[in-house]
Amino acid sequence: MSTTIRPEITPSIQPKVTRFQLSESWRRRLPLLPALLIMIVLTQVPFVMSIYYSFTDWKVVPPGPRNWVGLDNYDFLLHDHFFKDATVTSLQLTVFPVLGAILLGLGFALLLDRKFFGQGLVRTLLITPFLLMPVVVGLVWKNQMFHGLYGVLNWVIEKLGGTPVDWVSRHPTTSIIIVLIWQWTPFMMLIMLAGLQSQPADVLEAAKVDGAKPWAIFRQLTLGHLRPYMELGVLLGTIYLLQVYDQIAVMTGGGPGSTNVPYFVFQRSIGGGWEFGQASSFSIVVVIASIIIATFSLRVLSGLLKGEEIA
Amino acid sequence: MSNADVPVVVGERKWVNHALGFAAWVTGLIFFFPVFWMVLNSFKTEQDANTAPKINFTPTLDRYDDVTKSASGLLSFGEAFTNSAVIVLISTLIVLTLAIPAAYALAIRPVHKWRDVLFFFISTKFLPVVASILPIWILAKNLNLLNSRNALIILYTGINLPLAIWMLRSFFSEIPRELIEAAEIDGASLKGQLTSIILPMAAPGIAATALLCVIFAWNEFFYAVQLNPVKGSTVPIWVTTNISTRGDFLAKLSAASVLACIPVVLAGWIAQKRMIRGLAMGAIK
Repeated sequence: MSTTIRPEITPSIQPKVTRFQLSESWRRRLPLLPALLIMIVLTQVPFVMSIYYSFTDWKVVPPGPRNWVGLDNYDFLLHDHFFKDATVTSLQLTVFPVLGAILLGLGFALLLDRKFFGQGLVRTLLITPFLLMPVVVGLVWKNQMFHGLYGVLNWVIEKLGGTPVDWVSRHPTTSIIIVLIWQWTPFMMLIMLAGLQSQPADVLEAAKVDGAKPWAIFRQLTLGHLRPYMELGVLLGTIYLLQVYDQIAVMTGGGPGSTNVPYFVFQRSIGGGWEFGQASSFSIVVVIASIIIATFSLRVLSGLLKGEEIA
Repeated sequence: MSNADVPVVVGERKWVNHALGFAAWVTGLIFFFPVFWMVLNSFKTEQDANTAPKINFTPTLDRYDDVTKSASGLLSFGEAFTNSAVIVLISTLIVLTLAIPAAYALAIRPVHKWRDVLFFFISTKFLPVVASILPIWILAKNLNLLNSRNALIILYTGINLPLAIWMLRSFFSEIPRELIEAAEIDGASLKGQLTSIILPMAAPGIAATALLCVIFAWNEFFYAVQLNPVKGSTVPIWVTTNISTRGDFLAKLSAASVLACIPVVLAGWIAQKRMIRGLAMGAIK
């Protein structure tokens, strides 16, 4: 910082200062470079390779020549109704779990944000699903909760006088959505709790003293305060849920209503299709769509990256 | 659960408080039930587990014995846990080593256009892992990294690095500028500033970040199953080896699941307060 004042002291050292400033900006960049380099190698190299493959008709099994086919794969994908189905499933498996988890997470956080007997213990119970392995969550729900014959859900339904449902095979989308909400609610709850606990106490106190009703306080103060926390939850939830693979793999192994785009890419390539060229074009479309959504939500809608400049 | 009653400050009636506390308990117990049931099933015989839900049974540890004894030719319990532990610890250490200086360069002495750099890091998370698996599989094959721990160490570093940089940047930007400027005037180097001020002050945030990295790496399934199906495989794969297509397996699967989840669940339980504080401190600002 002190270096920027130097030119005004003696103009004679101007050239030296310019050189020094150059090295200063590089000195700032230096700590960033290893991480940046690794991320470029790990993500951009595969991305560029994928773009190249997507313009070829490369099939690995049976092995054949790799011919340049231009935009044929993209033309195919526009007319492939399997891809369309997978896109719809992807949206369902992202939007509903994110919304469900945010709402439940907010509710749980409001319940927890008060003193009551065993508060810590209840919080512990509530965060546990987030800590479980997604594979375990999928398997355990499928085999003990959703099971057609011995499942707990059907047992409850029968006790209540309903007809048992073969959850996973009859309602794959709903089953997976339930599992995803169960697993992601605790994460949203933690973010909301963080938000609630960072509310300035004196403002709430003042509102209370002024005779504001709890509902009015919640709507006008708390919700506004929580907004950036909700945005963070939506952003992180979307990033991870768009890519769900594990639960689908262990619960249904794909199929109508449960094959999302990532799983579709997998099926068409290393999962048995071995059409690397075509599968690559699917993944490129997903990446571009994701980046557009992310840019829009981060730059336009949200204040997350707009905080005041620090330097 | 009515939102209207929730933001309690002073003078609220006692019974409302009790009712909401009770509601929280009921919610917590219902929500936790699948975990409880999994633990219960792990102490059953297969006959007791694969029938209408029952809670009166003679508990047995035999399923734990079954799953920890190496099955013929399959991935053994010991192998899977050793692989997971080594891969998770090393990749998390690498992530922190890379993310701490990077977060410094984004928060404390920010580079020109630091926001674009941060956005680049986050945008890499939007590259679905499945979309990158083809080139990565080909690269790993050509570099002889298939079925090795190294491949997963590198990939888990890539998975967690953007999140770690994002979180650490916000923790670092909370550190009072005056402290860092004072250290700079005293001539402290980057290393000196890090060890004397930044690391101690951001310690809770760093711990929360490391924990999230450990959770995501320990639980990762896709890369592990695609790249290391034969050797160097991890705990999530080991869990799936306990499903059999013939005969009942729910009790065995439950025992394996409990073992697979215990390390991360315990760590998360212990660190939960820190994680909440970490998110409150950082993430948003």
